[in-house]
Amino acid sequence: MRHNRDEKRFDRRPGHLKSMLSNMTNDLVISGRIKTTIPKAKVLRRFAERMITLGKDGTLAARRRAMAFMRSKEAVTKLFVEVAPQYKERNGGYTRILKLGVRPGDNASMAFIELVEGAATVAQAAEKAKAKKAPAKPRAKAPAKKAASTAPAREKAPKAIAKKEPVEKKPRKTATKARSGT
Amino acid sequence: MPNPKKRHSRCKRMQRRSHDALTTPAVSTCPQCGEAKRPHYVCPSCGTYRGKTVIKKDEAL
Ligand SMILES: [Zn+2]
Repeated sequence: MRHNRDEKRFDRRPGHLKSMLSNMTNDLVISGRIKTTIPKAKVLRRFAERMITLGKDGTLAARRRAMAFMRSKEAVTKLFVEVAPQYKERNGGYTRILKLGVRPGDNASMAFIELVEGAATVAQAAEKAKAKKAPAKPRAKAPAKKAASTAPAREKAPKAIAKKEPVEKKPRKTATKARSGT
Repeated sequence: MPNPKKRHSRCKRMQRRSHDALTTPAVSTCPQCGEAKRPHYVCPSCGTYRGKTVIKKDEAL
């Protein structure tokens, strides 16, 4: 009987559940924000905040305990070096869950879970991604609108093609060599 | 095979259905764009929640 036990298992065996939670914790630490279902976000919150508390401790023992759960050197290093020091003044509540509505397909209620201090960096990353996308569109449209802008666009185009070609050829040569050798 | 012995009256039918009423979903207006949205949820039309932009929405698209 599992009367009055509050843990959610998500139809997974213990190993699968543990792997899922540690993977999601790693993703959250590295990305700063992940999209998942609301029940998963609420369970992840507990484990992710536990890891940040270990990160605030910062000792070798704490690092090994974090490593035992997260099992990713990259994520643990980022947690201890970049993420955890931002939460020195905060006692818990390191993550935020934003409800998004339902997912088409299975009608699952979705949410963002994000690091409270990492939210600003996520917004900056989104703006950078937007800035990268934005100039690409005017370049494509510019030649059609203005005749003057076509000249620089033409100059750029052959260079881009010239750069691409050797990159494409080299791997092919190495691949053929590797095949002939074996 | 077991079968209903007698037809239920209109009263009995309505008594059965007394618990079947639908509830109206909670709706609030977004303080940023004025669109209708679910309370405590990120606005699906402008991507903001409590005055902060959560999802970047391209207006050109
Ligand atoms: Zn809105």
